[in-house]
Amino acid sequence: MEFEPIIGLEVHAQLLTRSKIFCGCSTEFGGEPNARTCPVCLGLPGVLPALNREAVSMAVKVALALNCRINRVSVFARKNYFYPDLPKGYQISQYDLPLAEDGEVELLSGERSKAGNIVNYRKKKFGIIRLHLEEDAGKSIHDTGEDTYVNLNRSGVPLIEIVSQPDFRSSQEAYDFLFSLRRLLIYLEVNDGNMEEGSLRCDANVSVRPKGSEKFGTKTEIKNLNSFRFLQKALDYEIQRQIEDLRAGRTVFQETRLWDPEREQTFVMRTKEEAHDYRYFPEPDLPPLEVSGAWSEEIRATIVELPEAKRERLCATFGISDADALLICASRELADYYETAARENRNPVAIARWLTGDFLAFWKRDAIPLSAVRVRPGHLAEMVALIDSGEISGKIAKQIFEEIWTSGEAPAVAAQRLGVRQISDRTALEQIVQSVIANNQKQVAEYQGGRTKLLGFFVGEVMKQTKGQANPQILNELLKKNLG
Amino acid sequence: MAVTIEEVRHIANLANLEFSEEELRTFIVQFSNILDHIEQLRQVNTETIEPTYHAVVTEINSENSRRDNTRASFPQQVALMNAPDVEQGQFRVPKVIK
Repeated sequence: MEFEPIIGLEVHAQLLTRSKIFCGCSTEFGGEPNARTCPVCLGLPGVLPALNREAVSMAVKVALALNCRINRVSVFARKNYFYPDLPKGYQISQYDLPLAEDGEVELLSGERSKAGNIVNYRKKKFGIIRLHLEEDAGKSIHDTGEDTYVNLNRSGVPLIEIVSQPDFRSSQEAYDFLFSLRRLLIYLEVNDGNMEEGSLRCDANVSVRPKGSEKFGTKTEIKNLNSFRFLQKALDYEIQRQIEDLRAGRTVFQETRLWDPEREQTFVMRTKEEAHDYRYFPEPDLPPLEVSGAWSEEIRATIVELPEAKRERLCATFGISDADALLICASRELADYYETAARENRNPVAIARWLTGDFLAFWKRDAIPLSAVRVRPGHLAEMVALIDSGEISGKIAKQIFEEIWTSGEAPAVAAQRLGVRQISDRTALEQIVQSVIANNQKQVAEYQGGRTKLLGFFVGEVMKQTKGQANPQILNELLKKNLG
Repeated sequence: MAVTIEEVRHIANLANLEFSEEELRTFIVQFSNILDHIEQLRQVNTETIEPTYHAVVTEINSENSRRDNTRASFPQQVALMNAPDVEQGQFRVPKVIK
């Protein structure tokens, strides 16, 4: 029997506000432990939360970009549980009336080939159940010694939780959704996309069912999938585990599991019986939140061109491939960089190749901000123009690129300095060709008598005179023409 | 409405509270009374009435919400002042994950 997986994702994203969601403490990452705390985020008695306007604004922005319906009135609720990183004994979240509901995103999603490459990109639609606001908990450290250590600097950092529909039918689709969501959040400047530092976190719900069946199977939840690699690996493992259980006649139990990156498998964290009963109730310390039509329109007006729209526009305008466009649109600034370069050159496809090839490789290697990259868009455009006019070969271009990456010179200047600029000027080359022919009449006669191998001799002579800078293609062509 | 001792125990457990058998029995009666009261309220037809989430009439909106400005936080030692156990600037608590 063939099985198909059903996957839904829950994504938590920290909002890039300056202050926390309910108090004026800084949200900055790191720093001295517990030194970004106050009575509110420490959960001391007698304090009241004061909702951060910017956190609401950012959450609405994301909700609009995900085509959600913004609830004019939404309600904060207490989620009760005991954990040392939650000083109040409850988390302020939203429950039966979230900020936004019923969204949908369209994005490019591919399939993984046997060789592990992503192929067959297609536009797919995925639903969003809800988006709500909540506060982050503090951070517990368990790995040192006997005890747990708690740092409450993160307590009260604003979060949005985005819950997708169970619309993904492969780990790749879930991966592509998270990739595209992360990119969207970065474009909107509401989240830094840093999964390592935990500013973007992901849980997944997974079940499998016989292909063609309407009914969902029993699902498990996998927590803390904090990198793209872990997400895909954990999903693939869990899907396979459930299929094997069902094939062997075993039951899949509803439980929460964790991914163990070392052993590369998921393991049970808690069973259904141990599941938390959070006893949600409306937060008495906060009146309901009203997002008026006017406010949400004001926020909508600040939304920039979104990555998918940008990608489509770049493909249509410059004729570049989906795969290249996906890489280029990874960030707004990279897309802007590309557009500037592409507008200065007649060969935007070649610019895209360079950008997604050597450029990205060097940029990644150096891990510097784009603004610090010394190769500017104009340089890239100029280099492609030099290749296209035959002044430098593709191979030389790679050398020049490496050179200008450190020197910041214009490519033509670097080519000149390195003496690698090719002579592609036909008139100039033809003059040299003719003088070589005039000075080597003996070889000319032999060549014309059938010793065509002598072409190499003439090439060598011209190269000697041009210090190896003659464009080989044009030179060959000119020699053949002039030798008759 | 009858409440079992197991249910009371479960609620106590969720609240991280421990009670004697006798106390639990007291709660059975009290819980039942509360639920009966709610049951009585449920008799009223509220179909056309919007739920009230809060006693305050004004909602939080773009005008009255807090501006995103930071304020001075506690110095670390003040934040930790009430903590029974501290190490290297952190609250030390019994291990929560095995």
